[in-house]
Amino acid sequence: MLGIVGILPYSDIPVMVEKPILTEESCLIVKNRKIPIERGTSALIASAMKVLKWFEKNDHILCFLVGDIGKGEGSKALYQYLSKFLDEDPVSNLIEVFVFHYILPDVDGLIRVLMSLENLTRKPFLIADAGFMYVVKMAGYSNFFDLFTPDVGELAFLADEKAPHPFYTRGFLLAEEDQIETLIERAYKYHNLPQYVFVKAKKDRVVQNGKIIYKIEEPFVPALEAIGGTGDTLTGIVSALIYCGYPPDEACRASAILNRLSGCLAKVDPSTQIDKIIQFIPEALEIYELNQNVA
Amino acid sequence: MKRLKTYLKKWLSMSPKKEKLNSRALLIFENTSEVIKAENILKKEGYKVMVVGPPPQIRKGCDLAIQISIIESAGILNLLEKRKIKPLEFLPLSDDQTLRPVELFHIKDFGDYLMVRAANIKLTVEKRTLKIVNISGGGCPDVPYLASLLIGKTLNDAPFIKEFAHTLCGYALALAYQKAKELLCLE
Repeated sequence: MLGIVGILPYSDIPVMVEKPILTEESCLIVKNRKIPIERGTSALIASAMKVLKWFEKNDHILCFLVGDIGKGEGSKALYQYLSKFLDEDPVSNLIEVFVFHYILPDVDGLIRVLMSLENLTRKPFLIADAGFMYVVKMAGYSNFFDLFTPDVGELAFLADEKAPHPFYTRGFLLAEEDQIETLIERAYKYHNLPQYVFVKAKKDRVVQNGKIIYKIEEPFVPALEAIGGTGDTLTGIVSALIYCGYPPDEACRASAILNRLSGCLAKVDPSTQIDKIIQFIPEALEIYELNQNVA
Repeated sequence: MKRLKTYLKKWLSMSPKKEKLNSRALLIFENTSEVIKAENILKKEGYKVMVVGPPPQIRKGCDLAIQISIIESAGILNLLEKRKIKPLEFLPLSDDQTLRPVELFHIKDFGDYLMVRAANIKLTVEKRTLKIVNISGGGCPDVPYLASLLIGKTLNDAPFIKEFAHTLCGYALALAYQKAKELLCLE
């Protein structure tokens, strides 16, 4: 099972554990409620589900969700619920890949979840992005995880051992494309990177044990930088590929290409919304697999 | 009892490896009664805060300050503003120095669109119509919600977003919006 943890931008959604339904009208249905696919955890879920469907593992997904518009009550409830679920529900031992996404960073909440993850029969492959990645770094547990997917600004945050949040990286750590190698080195030196890192940038980098193993820059679709949710779809695609058996380094490389290819096929401009790009993930997979077979 | 000891041992071993100082900030006030008022308001709303003595080099006004979570600072400051309590100063903390925000704004021109980046948040506007067309970046829960309030609105009729920001990501989005307005809206 692929587990996904995150918040939805509504104040009235209680904590729930569900297998969503992905509709053709760019919606998720979760407990009979239609959730539009937009930037955030809904985009991650939808893109993961497109990949799972391609590999005929449609229902191999379990989502831990709550509504939170930033005040944090939902996030706090989610940390507590998740910890309890992992401790008590035998289904938790079926989760092989676990993705942790948007949430209000809270170190105490995180520690409880990590303790519960440690108690599982088999530790899942752990992926963190967004607010969850921030709190994992803040608490000093980056190497408990297996994969982070930061953008360049977030990489600067990981590289600054004193920064509590990407808003407060110190001035000497520039969040610029040409500083990526330096930032990776520094983040690794201060133990703020897991074994694998995917750096989302103009030239994506796949990092293993602090070393760049792949750089992906094609297809180059400049507008993707402006489009909200393209980082979320990247994380969704890579999570699903790892779950479907891709080795993590290959999953990262493939997801970079697939994310860019989907954007290319969707003929995006800076005003394109993420649900349009997600529609093209299956076509991107077809093209990608065809190219792999020819190669 | 044995189970409890095992649990506690595990809990202690899993405590945060790094000092949490870096994730906190201080609010400095004019006098003690403001500190007390602010403390009461914040605790009533469920925020975890602590009254502390500020370090000597940053003592201003009374000798008490309130220590807050830096992540929740936007929401906390908004709440105090609504209750008409204004701190003299907001000071993010680190081990040896006061933190400063990242160099705030980067601008990217896409021809028909302008993208403004503030810290980790990017806001894109269609130049001709001034419509906010996209928001990307961030990781805190208020960003997707704030984005839903802004997308499709113009810079002139978008809601006053700072009021709805609860986290640093939300605050960065408010800054990006403000900058875009400065650049594109002519008086």
